[in-house]
Amino acid sequence: MAQYETVIGLEVHVELKTRTKIFCHSSTAFGGDPNTHVCPVCLGLPGVLPVLNREVLEYAVRVGLALNCKIAGFSKFDRKNYYYPDLPKNYQISQYDLPLAEHGYLNINVDGNVKRIGITRVHMEEDAGKLVHQGTISTTPYSLVDYNRTGVPLVEIVSEPDMRSPEEARAYLEKLKAVILYTGVSDCKMEEGSLRCDANVSVRPPGSHGFGTKTEIKNMNSFKALQRALHYEVERQIGILEEGGRIVQETRTWDEARGVTLSMRSKEQAHDYRYFPDPDLVPLVIDREWVEKIRASLPELPDQRKARYVKEYGIPEYDASVITATKEMADYFEQCLACYSNAKAVSNWVMGDLLRLLNARDMDITRCRVSPSRLAGMLRLIDGGTISGKIAKTVFEEMFETGRDPETIVREKGLVQISDEGAIAAVVDEVLAANRKVVDDFRAGKEKALGFLVGQVMKLTRGKANPEMVNKIIREKLK
Amino acid sequence: MDFCYMPAHELHRRLAAREISAEELCRAVLERIETVGGKLGSFITVTGDLALEQARAVDKRIASGEEIPILAGIPVAVKDNMCTEGIRTTCGSRILHNFVPPYSAAVVEKILARGMVMVGKTNLDEFAMGSSNENSGFFPASNPWDVDRVPGGSSGGSAVAVAAGQAVVALGSDTGGSIRQPASLCGVVGMKPTYGAVSRYGLVAYASSLDQIGPISRDVTDCALMLNLIAGHDPRDSTSAPGDRPDYTAFLNREIKGLKVGVPKEYMGDGIDPGVRGVVNEALGVISSLGAEIGEASLPHSKYAIPAYYLIATAEASSNLARYDGVSYGYRAEDPGDVVDMYAKTRSRGFGTEVKRRIMLGTYALSAGYYDAYYLKALKVRTLIKRDFDRAFEKFDVLICPTSPTTAFRKGEKMDDPLQMYLSDITTISVNLAGIPGISVPAGFSGGLPVGMQIMGRPFAEGTVLQVAHAFEKNTGHHKKFPSL
Ligand SMILES: [Zn+2]
Repeated sequence: MAQYETVIGLEVHVELKTRTKIFCHSSTAFGGDPNTHVCPVCLGLPGVLPVLNREVLEYAVRVGLALNCKIAGFSKFDRKNYYYPDLPKNYQISQYDLPLAEHGYLNINVDGNVKRIGITRVHMEEDAGKLVHQGTISTTPYSLVDYNRTGVPLVEIVSEPDMRSPEEARAYLEKLKAVILYTGVSDCKMEEGSLRCDANVSVRPPGSHGFGTKTEIKNMNSFKALQRALHYEVERQIGILEEGGRIVQETRTWDEARGVTLSMRSKEQAHDYRYFPDPDLVPLVIDREWVEKIRASLPELPDQRKARYVKEYGIPEYDASVITATKEMADYFEQCLACYSNAKAVSNWVMGDLLRLLNARDMDITRCRVSPSRLAGMLRLIDGGTISGKIAKTVFEEMFETGRDPETIVREKGLVQISDEGAIAAVVDEVLAANRKVVDDFRAGKEKALGFLVGQVMKLTRGKANPEMVNKIIREKLK
Repeated sequence: MDFCYMPAHELHRRLAAREISAEELCRAVLERIETVGGKLGSFITVTGDLALEQARAVDKRIASGEEIPILAGIPVAVKDNMCTEGIRTTCGSRILHNFVPPYSAAVVEKILARGMVMVGKTNLDEFAMGSSNENSGFFPASNPWDVDRVPGGSSGGSAVAVAAGQAVVALGSDTGGSIRQPASLCGVVGMKPTYGAVSRYGLVAYASSLDQIGPISRDVTDCALMLNLIAGHDPRDSTSAPGDRPDYTAFLNREIKGLKVGVPKEYMGDGIDPGVRGVVNEALGVISSLGAEIGEASLPHSKYAIPAYYLIATAEASSNLARYDGVSYGYRAEDPGDVVDMYAKTRSRGFGTEVKRRIMLGTYALSAGYYDAYYLKALKVRTLIKRDFDRAFEKFDVLICPTSPTTAFRKGEKMDDPLQMYLSDITTISVNLAGIPGISVPAGFSGGLPVGMQIMGRPFAEGTVLQVAHAFEKNTGHHKKFPSL
């Protein structure tokens, strides 16, 4: 089979968490009884007019700046006309030819190297409502409409077709989410739809500069779904080309349950959106000084923070990128360092046990019950020899479950490390007597035998013996 | 003397002097609606009980010794494309036959807050699309000077109501002449203010970049009073002009000596009925006799105004009217199959012919591959037309021409020829494209039918326009003639 190069571009929609909607005063809160966060304006009743929520503009500028875009000095809103029952005006107020921000980029990590993904544009638009079907869309006898989401502000972020694999696409989306979370303008929850992603996918023979015919993939509701759908679609396209077929330009939807993409509509059926400037809104003249003020108020972004960690704390680049992947994780890390100075030890615990337990329970760090000061306290118990690194793992799990402080756990469970030389020596004698054969092996030069003997001592002391001392005492006795 | 034909400022004096009560006035007007309403078709909804309630509330204030503000207690009619909370608002369309808005338009809030007495919602061409009121989805309105003739449109019902004593003043909306042309044909005063002078919040949109609400009244003083009430910045309308508006009544009773009046030659030519031209020339003579300097002006791009208007207005309308789909309010087809079928049946049956024609035109003008040639080109023409006016206003303070090329035409006369119908707005449409203020004042009669004269001014120079209109009115008496019904 010939090799093909994959070409992927993403269109990402992010809901901005302003208090009120983009063109009215209704609440943007997620959930709520159907049609309770509405007013005549977002319901598109006859005679209403939109007025831009200035906070939305500010949030969108933040996104544009965080993605290294140029912010337009002049921008405007356009109407995108199409009929759908979740769209009360049957047009969406969006931005067409003069978007708010353009020409940006986002750096991602590909196999340890930095790769720059171009950002074509960032623009503002209003979200649509939700249809509630009785069963599935094709069999439902009727559908209900919930307009709570109608008019919630969105930014659409369009990338250049710069990604060359599903993994790169996922890395881009993860990085994009991290950056936006850092800016604080969205909670980026894919499961609640506040982060949504469509992909344009094509394949081409390597070395060719033209693009193959692309398909647009929709309905990927998680990072994993994105990766799976793209893999499937790439394979599908290569399969067609291998059999001498042609790719049809179309929109396809990802069927998560069946693990396939399915055709939704062809290019011929594509909408003519009849974009034109919305006459109800005035053009935006964006003040340079105001933009610079926003730029100055941006928090430190992941890449900057990562560089600082490497430089200031001397932790490896890899550790720094894992820890800065989310703002909350990085904040947690820094709070630990406020009460404990060994950065490498903190990063090991955060990246290791903490992340493992969080992932196992599908939690994010904001819900973690281990406070930074208690993690620091536990690290001090290790440093002071009160517990071993191994026991600490048990202690930490208990802290993670209960949120209690490590000193109490160690005391109550009797986990204090045995560092009394006489007590350890007694156990060592017992072990040596019971394992003559192994002792002989060690004496014959089998270093590995030592590990077994140490292990036996640890077992008898239920892991509490100071491992360094056990090692030392055995070696002395077998000298 | 019949109260029904008195202007609001005169009625105010009598209310304050307790010569009449607001309730008596309201009853007199409601009776007019009752007796000649059927013949004229001016109202779609009459709000009699509510009106009497509002009138009695004003009487209470007067009785308690309160000095009521001007316009309080004055019966007003509202074009049925302005939302009225709790009162059906149809836009003259079957597709909204049952629509009761949960909110009121900004102008409606203002008239009610002032204590004006709203007597009803007036007839119009469906969604304000038309120049004869024959496009109403319910019934046509008739001209009170000759019921076999049209009252003009689209604010036909409002103009008829004021002309026939069924309201003292009325609100209309004007997208291409929809206040001025019916005012002209019915012999009353009608003004389209500068775009952005009056809030559009709650005005059901036809063409958003052209629509503007304005007053229809018996005389120029009432027009200024109404404008004082409804003009002003509204944060709910992004296109509403910021800042304060002047007191428009301050421009009344000012001399016009030395004022420069331009007469655009393009609007006095062949397309204008000779009778109408004669009346307007005579009126210009009056204005000249008052000391204004009259000269010839030119608006060279005006011949492109109608095509540009019918591309821009219909493009916007095709999008503005997309929301009438049967989903959450208004008419829905009784027998929908799937959702697309519901859209198709609802809109085919709910809209009338002219509305559908304009939606098709506008959809076409915005379509991929045609946008540049039609919509974009029309926007460029609009800029040229604006520039024509800018140039003319470098030389002249106001421009004057006939409001309509003809007097009221016979019903049915132009219904089969949309292009002829569109030409009825030839002198008014440019004013909307340029966004400037324009007023129509009664200038005389031709063949027993009223002729209106249009006075146009610089953006936000409503004051100057009213100054000229008032000077003319004071020296003539056309506004004091009423149709016999
Ligand atoms: Zn709302």
